[in-house]
Amino acid sequence: MKKALKRGLYAVLLALLPFATGMAFGKTWVRILDFALLYVMLALGLNIVVGFAGLLDLGYVAFFAVGAYCYALLASPHFGLHLPFWLILPIGAFAAGIFGMLLGAPTLRLRGDYLAIVTLGFGEIIRIFLNNLDTPYNITGGPQGIDMIDPIRLGSFSLNQPTSHTVYSYYFLFLFFALATAFVSMRLQHSRIGRAWAAIREDEIAAEAMGINTRNVKLLAFAMGASFGGLSGGLFAGFEGFVSPESFTLMESIMILSMVVLGGMGHIRGVIFGAVLLSILPEALRYVGPIEQSLFGKIVVDPSSLRMLLFGLALILVMLLRPAGLWPSPARKRELLAHGETAKHENTNIYDAGR
Amino acid sequence: MMQDAKLLEVQNIGKTFGGLAALSGVSLSINRGEIYALIGPNGAGKTTLFNVLTGIYKPDSGNFRLEGVEMAGKKPSEMAKSGIARTFQNIRLFSNMSVIENVMVGRHCRTRGGVLGAILGSSRTRAEEKSISEKARHLLDYVGLARHAHMLARNLSYGDQRRLEIARALATEPKLLALDEPAAGMNPLETDSLKSLLETIRRDGITLLLIEHDVKLVMGICDRLAVLNFGKKIAEGEPSQVGSNPLVIEAYLGVS
Repeated sequence: MKKALKRGLYAVLLALLPFATGMAFGKTWVRILDFALLYVMLALGLNIVVGFAGLLDLGYVAFFAVGAYCYALLASPHFGLHLPFWLILPIGAFAAGIFGMLLGAPTLRLRGDYLAIVTLGFGEIIRIFLNNLDTPYNITGGPQGIDMIDPIRLGSFSLNQPTSHTVYSYYFLFLFFALATAFVSMRLQHSRIGRAWAAIREDEIAAEAMGINTRNVKLLAFAMGASFGGLSGGLFAGFEGFVSPESFTLMESIMILSMVVLGGMGHIRGVIFGAVLLSILPEALRYVGPIEQSLFGKIVVDPSSLRMLLFGLALILVMLLRPAGLWPSPARKRELLAHGETAKHENTNIYDAGR
Repeated sequence: MMQDAKLLEVQNIGKTFGGLAALSGVSLSINRGEIYALIGPNGAGKTTLFNVLTGIYKPDSGNFRLEGVEMAGKKPSEMAKSGIARTFQNIRLFSNMSVIENVMVGRHCRTRGGVLGAILGSSRTRAEEKSISEKARHLLDYVGLARHAHMLARNLSYGDQRRLEIARALATEPKLLALDEPAAGMNPLETDSLKSLLETIRRDGITLLLIEHDVKLVMGICDRLAVLNFGKKIAEGEPSQVGSNPLVIEAYLGVS
């Protein structure tokens, strides 16, 4: 009963949030909320690979790109195709999953730094392909990208109409998908597959010796994580109406990874928290410019460089002070706590021996 | 039809590393329901043989059969699935997972639940999940770790970690349980309780293969044993016969 009440309260809060934000700060901020939800989906997807299975992936944005371009190619005047979104989103997620396996297959034997380097290269390869596939046949539109992408329609209702409501309707669409990805992540984590991922993260050789086919289970992690990326890519393309390779740079991959690490690797709530925090904070820093202007009469430090500076500083501080993330999983917390208890126990024992 | 008394048959296994013949022409057979030990001085090839039998290494020559099924060259996960489970000399638990989760991982190869079932929470997946945790709880009880079920594996005492490794291996429902120096680093008290655990496991119908340095433990517990030296088998038989074999004494003490 209490749980149901709590859930209802959360639902009401999440439903009212965009309207409250819109009234207090204007529509720009509702748009920022929309993007925060997209980042939640991306971070949850990367969390499957990095947090659950312990495979470092620095090219995750490539799957976001695959999903976005899938949507762009199948629902725009570029090829004259206009498929409905409920068909394209699964196609995009599936295509991203295939790309995930393509990336996973050659990297199965790699770990740690080496895996990071290969995945980083993979991310760049996808972006460069997108950038150059406009000749000899114009497939991706090259650096110009693809525009006039169809908005997402539910039946005959276009989410872009009327224009003044766009950010609100997309908020609820994204909220639905973000909650769904969180739910799927949670179910996966506490399943036989989730345990196998955790086992591989902890000790691959022991996992293999316990009868886990590490090759298949790792590929599954890559594919699942990538399909989340592909899904949010499709939503992104429908929302923006325009995609170009510029949106899928290495910086984005690093940003998503930072969300996962900062929030608390492997902990779903922590990862969501990290994603929301890191997508909203940099936007808040935009107000630093006007504040400086009014305080000193001129811009002393350029806000955009300040953003990167503060971002880097925050990451360093978190890694030093809270290495498990801002909101680590209970298991990790238990780990730290248990250490404390053991230490206390040992200390009292030493004290006893001294007497 | 009567079951064949031989569970594992090893024939002419050879393995070289570079120019070094770690194993040459090793043959032995393990009977159903016995405790079989493998001893020998350091570098004799015990662990190499062990790693061949559990799929970590592929043998260069020879083959071995479990219940008549050819096994040489299979991957470790296939070995576990076919019924050979192992523990590790330097404990390899999933240290940041809880004790019970460690055992539940061992059930992986005997269960089937996939992604879709997990996401949809199908009744079959839920029933399977329940049976996994029940079986894990039962096994923890069996090795005497039930009260630590929710502790992190890394916080267990050394002896308990070894027991947990055994429970995790038992969760794969092995026909042959292979233990790599299970008593290494244990105090005499822990060794005694390990001994009785091994005897219980054997009594419950699981065949045991044991590599051990603690000769007193080996002689006291095993039914038969083989002695390796420089990659060759120099003796095989019951403890009393092997213990008086001049070749064995020479291998351990040197020629007088």
